[in-house]
Amino acid sequence: MNAALKQPSASINDRWDADPILTVEHLTMRFGGLVAIDDLSFKVGRGDITALIGPNGAGKTTVFNCVTGFYKPTEGRIVMRHGLGGQQEAVDTVTASGRRWHISDDHSVFLLERMPDFEISKKARVARTFQNIRLFGGMTVLENLLVAQHNPLMIASGMTIGGVLGLPSYRKAEQEAIDKAVYWLEHTHLIDRADDAAGDLPYGAQRRLEIARAMCTGPHLLCLDEPAAGLNPRESTELNELLQFIRETGTSVLLIEHDMGVVMEISDHIVVLDYGVKISDGGADFVKRDPRVIAAYLGVDDEEEIDVPEIKADVEEIEKPARKPRKAPARAKAAAKPAAKSAPARSAAKSTPAKKTAAKKATAPKKPASEIKIKDADKHPGAQPAGTRKPAAGGADNLTRISGIGPANEKKLNALGIWHFSQIAAWKKAEVEWVGSYLSFAGRIEREEWVKQAKALASGKQTEFSRRVDGGKVPSSRTSSRRTSGKGGKA
Amino acid sequence: MAAMQANGGGAAKNNMFVDSLKDSATAAFLVAVLGFFFLPLKTDIASGGLAITYRWPLWISAILIVFGGRLLLNLFVFKAKTPATQIIGDKLAGSSARLPGLGRYLGIALFGFAVILPFFFTTFFPGQQRQYIDLAILIMTYIMLGWGLNIVVGLAGLLDLGYVAFYAVGAYSFALLAEYFDLGFWMALPLAGILAAFWGIILGFPVLRLRGDYLAIVTLAFGEIIRVVLLNWYEFTNGPDGISGIPKPTLFGLEFTRGEGGFADFFGLEYSTIHRFIFLYYIIFILALITNFVTMRLRKLPVGRAWEALREDEIACRSLGINTTNTKLTAFAIGAMFGGFAGSFFATRQGFISPESFTFLESAIILAIVVLGGLGSQIGVVIASVVMIGGIEMLRNIGFLSQIFGPDFDPVQYRMLIFGLAMVGIMVWKPRGLITTRVPSAVLKERKKIGADMVAQGEGH
Repeated sequence: MNAALKQPSASINDRWDADPILTVEHLTMRFGGLVAIDDLSFKVGRGDITALIGPNGAGKTTVFNCVTGFYKPTEGRIVMRHGLGGQQEAVDTVTASGRRWHISDDHSVFLLERMPDFEISKKARVARTFQNIRLFGGMTVLENLLVAQHNPLMIASGMTIGGVLGLPSYRKAEQEAIDKAVYWLEHTHLIDRADDAAGDLPYGAQRRLEIARAMCTGPHLLCLDEPAAGLNPRESTELNELLQFIRETGTSVLLIEHDMGVVMEISDHIVVLDYGVKISDGGADFVKRDPRVIAAYLGVDDEEEIDVPEIKADVEEIEKPARKPRKAPARAKAAAKPAAKSAPARSAAKSTPAKKTAAKKATAPKKPASEIKIKDADKHPGAQPAGTRKPAAGGADNLTRISGIGPANEKKLNALGIWHFSQIAAWKKAEVEWVGSYLSFAGRIEREEWVKQAKALASGKQTEFSRRVDGGKVPSSRTSSRRTSGKGGKA
Repeated sequence: MAAMQANGGGAAKNNMFVDSLKDSATAAFLVAVLGFFFLPLKTDIASGGLAITYRWPLWISAILIVFGGRLLLNLFVFKAKTPATQIIGDKLAGSSARLPGLGRYLGIALFGFAVILPFFFTTFFPGQQRQYIDLAILIMTYIMLGWGLNIVVGLAGLLDLGYVAFYAVGAYSFALLAEYFDLGFWMALPLAGILAAFWGIILGFPVLRLRGDYLAIVTLAFGEIIRVVLLNWYEFTNGPDGISGIPKPTLFGLEFTRGEGGFADFFGLEYSTIHRFIFLYYIIFILALITNFVTMRLRKLPVGRAWEALREDEIACRSLGINTTNTKLTAFAIGAMFGGFAGSFFATRQGFISPESFTFLESAIILAIVVLGGLGSQIGVVIASVVMIGGIEMLRNIGFLSQIFGPDFDPVQYRMLIFGLAMVGIMVWKPRGLITTRVPSAVLKERKKIGADMVAQGEGH
C-alpha cells in the first residue's frame, strides 16, 4: 500500500496490470490539428489511488474528459470493469459486438468511449469532480448530495408518478438518501453546514462537498481533477485522509494533481504525461527518480512549453524520419502487453528527444550536415543555411545569448545543424529569409539583427543582451534550473 | 461610539426626508394658491351671462402632481446626502428578512380569500358581482399560466418566450374535440393537457442543445408558428373566423341553464347567470391549485431537484448521471400540460376562440408575471398576477384620470407603458423579482432560506 515501500520498477507484476478497474488503450484526442493526447495507454488498479501528473497543458484534463465522456476520443478504447480481473474475453466480445457494455451480476464491462457522459456515471459508476468547482450554488449542501442520488431516487419515486401521489415507499427511499448524504457530510466535516447554500461555503469546503457529492453517486472509480488546488496545508492533509478513507471504502481513485506532497504521499501508482504522451508510469519512487520526469518538470523552460507542440513535431520529424508508423487501431491489439511500460526507457527516448537535445548535445544529428533535410524546406524562400553534423570541439555556443533566440528556437536551429555564432554570422539575405520562414519568424531576424549580434558574439565581444543572459537575468538554455518552485518543488 | 454614529446617520436621513417633505409641501401650497383661479374654476358662456364650472379634481391632481414631483426631485435629483433609492431599496430588500413568515401568512390569507371570493363579491358588491368574479377568473387563469411557466423558466431555467403556444394548443384541442367528436369539457380537459404536453416535447427536442438567447428565439418562433398555422389552416381550424359554440362545462351533467334539468332547478334555487360564473371560478381555482400542488410536490422529488440542478449547472448534472435530455423534456412537457389545461378552460369560458387570443403579447404578459413575481416563487406569481392583470383592469374604473387628460383618455391603452414602468421599478429595487429567496426542498435540521444572489438564473437570463 505504502507508496514509499514500493520498489522502483515497472514490472508487469504490478497490481494495476493484474486487476485493472480502468484501462485506457491507445487513446488519441485531436482538436482540429492539435493532438492533445497521442496514443496514450495506462491502467488504473482496482483499489489504488492513481495519480495522473504532468506539466501544464500536458493533456491531463483531456484524459479525464475522455474517461468521463465529456469528450469523445478520436481513437482508442477505455474499458471500465466491475468485478475482479481483466475480463479480457468479455472486453473483446463487447468490443466486437458494437454494444456499449456487458452487465452480469459480478462481472460487468463498459466501453466508456461509446457511452454518453451521464451513462458513464449512472451505469459504469465513474464519478468525477471538476478543476473549477461545479456545485449547485443556490441549493443547500444537503440538496447537492440528494441531486447526486437522482437515479436511485427516480426509481423509488416511480418515475415521479408515485412521488406525486405521495407513496410511502418514496419517503423511505428519500430518508435513506438523506442518511447516505449525512454519512458523507460527516466524513467531509460538512455536517454543520448541511442546510446552508453550497455557494456560501468557503473554498476548501466546496472542494470537499464536490467530492462528497461525487461519492453519493456510489462510484466504483472516482476521478478528481486537482482536488488540492487552492487548499492550505492543513486542508491538504485533510484531503489526503479523505482520499485514503475513500480508498478504504472500496472506491478506486484517479486524480490529477499538481501538489507533489499529495501525489507522492498517497499515490500507489503515478502516470506522468507530457504533451499528451506518457513519459513515465510506475510507483512513486520509480517516477520520482525517472530522469524523463525530472526533465519534464525541471529541465524545460516556460517559454519552451508555450510554443513547443509544433516545434517538437518538427524536431521529431528531423531527427527520426524512420519513426515507427502509427500502431494498428486499439481493438486489434487490445490483448497485447503494454509495450511502453515494459520498456519505458525506449519509449521515453522516443517521445522526448526534444528535451534531451536542449539539455545536452547527446543526440546531435547523426547525418552529415549537407543531408539535413527539413520538411517543406522548399516552401521557405531563400536558401537553407549550411549546417554541421555536430558542434565543433569545445561544444556548441549558447545561441540564446542572441536577443530573439529563446531555448525553443535554439533547439530548432540546432536541428538545422546551426550550433555556432559564426554560422549565424555568415548568413546572407537568402539564409535569413529561409530561417525566418522556418521559424515562422518572418522579418524578426532582420529586425533583431541576429546576424550582427552573432558577429559580435563570434568575435568574443559582448552585447548588452548577452551580458544580461550571462548575468542570469534572462532565461536561457544554460540556466534552466531557474524555475518556479510550485510545480516541481518536491519531485 | 458606533451607536452614536448610527444614531447620527439615522437622524441625518430623517432630516433629509423631512426637509424634502417640507419643501414639497411648500411647492404644493404655491400651486394651490396660484392655480386656484385657473384650474378649479372655469367660466363658460351660458345663456344670460357666464356660468362657473367647477373642476376640483383637476386642481387637486395638479397639487398632488407638483407635490409628488417635487418630492421625487428632492429625493432623487437634488439629493443631499443619502440617496432615497437606497433607503427604499433597503426597506424592500429587508422586508422579507424582517417578516420571515410573511410569505406563508400571505399565502394562507390569499388562499382563504380565494375560497370565499365569489360569495364575498355577491354579498358585498351585488351590483358588480359579475364583473368582479369575471376579473377573478381572469386573474386565476394567469396565475395558473404563471405557475405552469414557472416550471420551465423558474425551476428548470429554460427561457420560454412561446408559452402561449401551449395555451393555444389546449384551447384549440378542446374546441376541435368538441366540434368534431362532440366531447364535453371534462372529457376534453385531460386530452387537451396531453396534447399540449406532446407539443411541449415536440418543441423540446429541437431546442435541447440551445442555450440562452438562442433558446428564447426558437421558443418565440415556435409560439408564432402555432398561431400562424391556426390562422391559415382554414378547413380545420376555421382560420381567423375562430371557433364558436364551444360547450360550457357541466357539474356532473347539470347544465347551467334556465328551466328544467338545469343546475338551479335541480337544487331548487332561483335561476341566476351568476351561478355559472361562480362555477367557472371554482373550476379554474381548483385547476390552479392542482398546478400549485403538483409543482410543490415535484420540487421535492428527484425530477424537481434535477430541474433546479439543471438551472444551476448542466455539466455538473451530467457528471452525476442525470439525463439532461429527459429532464429538460419533462420540464417542457409538464409546463406545457398546465398551459394546455388553462387553454382548455379559456375556451370553455369564452365559448369562442380565434388565433387573435394567442399573440406574442400573451406570452410576454405571462413571462412578465413570472419574472416580476420572482423566478421559481409560487406566491410571487400570485402577487404579480393580481397586480398586473387586476391592476390593469382597475385602471378602467379610475374616472378622474379622464378629467385630467381629457374624455378620450383610456388608461388601458397605456398598459404596456405601465408594464414597462413596473419592470423598470423591479429592475432597480428587486432585480430578482418580488419574492427572491429560495426555500430548500430538503432540510436536515433548520430550514434556511437561500438569498437570490446565490441562486443561478438559468440559461438566457
